[in-house]
Amino acid sequence: MNDIVQGLAAAARLIAGLDRDLIEITLRSLQVTLSAVVIASVIGLPLGAWLAVNRFRGRRHVIALLNALMGLPPVVVGLIVYLLLSRSGPFGVMGLLFTPTAMIFAQVIIVTPLIASIAHQALRDLWAEYHDLLISLNTTRVQRITTLLWDGRRALLTACLAGFGRAIGEVGAIMIVGGNIDHATRVLTTAIALETGKGNFALALGLGFVLIGLAIAVNLAIHALSRTERSGHW
Amino acid sequence: MVDSIFPLSIEAAEVARRGTRLIGPINLEVGARGLTIVMGPNGSGKTSLLRMMHGLERPVRGTVRWAVPDEQARKRQAYVFQTPTMMRRDVTDSIAYALIVAGTRRADARAAARDFAAKVGLGHALDRPASVLSGGEKQKLALARALIRRPQILFLDEPCANLDGRATREIEAILTEARDTGTRIIMATHDQGQARRLADDIILLVHGNICEASPAGAFFAFPETTEARAFLNGQIVE
Amino acid sequence: MYLRILLLLSALTLPAAASAETVRLAVTTSFENSGLADVLLPAIKDELGIEVQLLVVGTGQALKMAEAGDVDAALVHARPAEEAFVAAGHATHRREIMYNDFVIVGPSADPAKVGEAATAVDAMQRIDTADAVFVSRGDDSGTHKMELALWQNAGIDTATLGEAYRAVGAGMGAALNTASGLDAYILTDRPTWLTFGNKGDLVMLFSGDPVLFNPYSLLPVNPAEHPNVNAAAIVRLEDWLAGPRGKAVIEGYTFEGQPLFVHSAVAN
Repeated sequence: MNDIVQGLAAAARLIAGLDRDLIEITLRSLQVTLSAVVIASVIGLPLGAWLAVNRFRGRRHVIALLNALMGLPPVVVGLIVYLLLSRSGPFGVMGLLFTPTAMIFAQVIIVTPLIASIAHQALRDLWAEYHDLLISLNTTRVQRITTLLWDGRRALLTACLAGFGRAIGEVGAIMIVGGNIDHATRVLTTAIALETGKGNFALALGLGFVLIGLAIAVNLAIHALSRTERSGHW
Repeated sequence: MVDSIFPLSIEAAEVARRGTRLIGPINLEVGARGLTIVMGPNGSGKTSLLRMMHGLERPVRGTVRWAVPDEQARKRQAYVFQTPTMMRRDVTDSIAYALIVAGTRRADARAAARDFAAKVGLGHALDRPASVLSGGEKQKLALARALIRRPQILFLDEPCANLDGRATREIEAILTEARDTGTRIIMATHDQGQARRLADDIILLVHGNICEASPAGAFFAFPETTEARAFLNGQIVE
Repeated sequence: MYLRILLLLSALTLPAAASAETVRLAVTTSFENSGLADVLLPAIKDELGIEVQLLVVGTGQALKMAEAGDVDAALVHARPAEEAFVAAGHATHRREIMYNDFVIVGPSADPAKVGEAATAVDAMQRIDTADAVFVSRGDDSGTHKMELALWQNAGIDTATLGEAYRAVGAGMGAALNTASGLDAYILTDRPTWLTFGNKGDLVMLFSGDPVLFNPYSLLPVNPAEHPNVNAAAIVRLEDWLAGPRGKAVIEGYTFEGQPLFVHSAVAN
């Protein structure tokens, strides 16, 4: 219990003192995770909608595969991406290893199935509602997907925020592909792992509380910006 | 000038689900004028017939053919469902949606939607979310959404089933005006009074087959079949 | 409103600007935990204009990354593995830079009486005799290899230690956390121990035996195998580390008055 109290105190001191290293790794955490979530959403949301609207052979298998990919262990993803981006690997010439770009890449792989799966589930229900109407109105497939994405935006926002939550707390993949290099690829989660390994529990906990606070702040900001809770109906 | 999609020729058409016959064989020819009421006891297949004519159900046997290719015919039809689907939008956008997906620019569509909404009596609710409307208002919205594209034919499935007298009257007024301005209307109902008020001709469905089809006056005064007579007497027809 | 969110996001996702001459160096957790990097890296930046990016991993991973050409050099402390590495042609040579030493820490009550041991091997035999709990790195690191060599010289097969032998497969800090939690004996390098923040009831019980000396060597990645490495910068780095300035900074780094490393490089 004492460690936890010390952790809270450490967090307060870091934030109040506007510790420069803390600001740097916090901004980098946000940069990596938000980029990954944006890219994953651009891929995953339309994919989820497309799966909800289309019927084709093997559709059930694709959906089952998508759900299974949600459980991809991040550290395994990190290892595979590392081997791909390594100088001895197929994409080594791009020189992306140990950069934030590699971290974003790994997190996109981890988060896209999650966002697509939640989007698909939500839009499937919406599609069941809209099905007859949209067919009767003679809409094209693209129009149907766009309409579902817009009308279902509240549920889709939840999907994106779920992806954000997964990514902001992720440490296994970005540790491997980023290398946790001081002033280059160190973020909140990898810094916490480092300090824990040094036995500096209070500092590690402090960073942990900062991370939690950050996640809450982002969620509140998004909800405020989109006024989802105020309009109440959709 | 757009081609007329009529006549609609239905020949020996049957609709089935999971091997069970729902309706058919149906033989029917639908012309370009008038308001037809489809009547029949519950489970007789009224909804299936309407859905088949509109193209929402494919017949397992027989044909359903318009005078123009299906692609074109689809654009000139509209359908009001028994429980209309309310989109997650406000009233204006809900009505405008029908125009936007047909290619109208958003601003023009919203302006037209506002006018139409006023015409059907929804002028006071333009910015309200569609989901909070009353039953009658939802039906009017669905009707506005259907009529705003000036369809050549309008299908309605029991539009007044859950409405009070006042709302029913308002809906019937809109329908009569639409019929008078040239929209073909085919409507399912089990309300005999409504049928008497609105119908130009009647189709009576029993067990998925057309039992009798005649002009309204003739049907009500001189029903030909026993089922029709029983039905008009208020008996339960099986 | 969604446009606002999008603008905010794109502002945050702009990549960072590029930096000066950069080299990537794979180092072990023991090196990082000592804190020497905090004085070494700024000095290197000032005097050589080189920014050293440290990747702190286990010895095995460090050598793997060097072999793959993902780093420009490795700084490890596992002599047999280093010699094999050079022999295989992955590094041009190995240059010994400095050494620290290993110590044995354990519970303050010291049930195995390790504090009275005469040699390191003697200490290990006492741990076996007392059936005391011992935490091993278990990760093929330099520290782990030293520990295994000690058991071997003591004539003890670790398989016979049974439940008392806990191999964690983790870095030095994580292993120390486990030892602290279990009140167990553990072999650790001195710098990591001195700077460790979670000692619990553990105290340093044995040190000083020359077999416990722990030399660190620099392995420059072979540019013939990986032309992309910054070989020229590594040469300058190596000369600096091996020369008088390196000696001064390394031996000038103390913790509570004690120097943590001894500079042992032989000038060219």
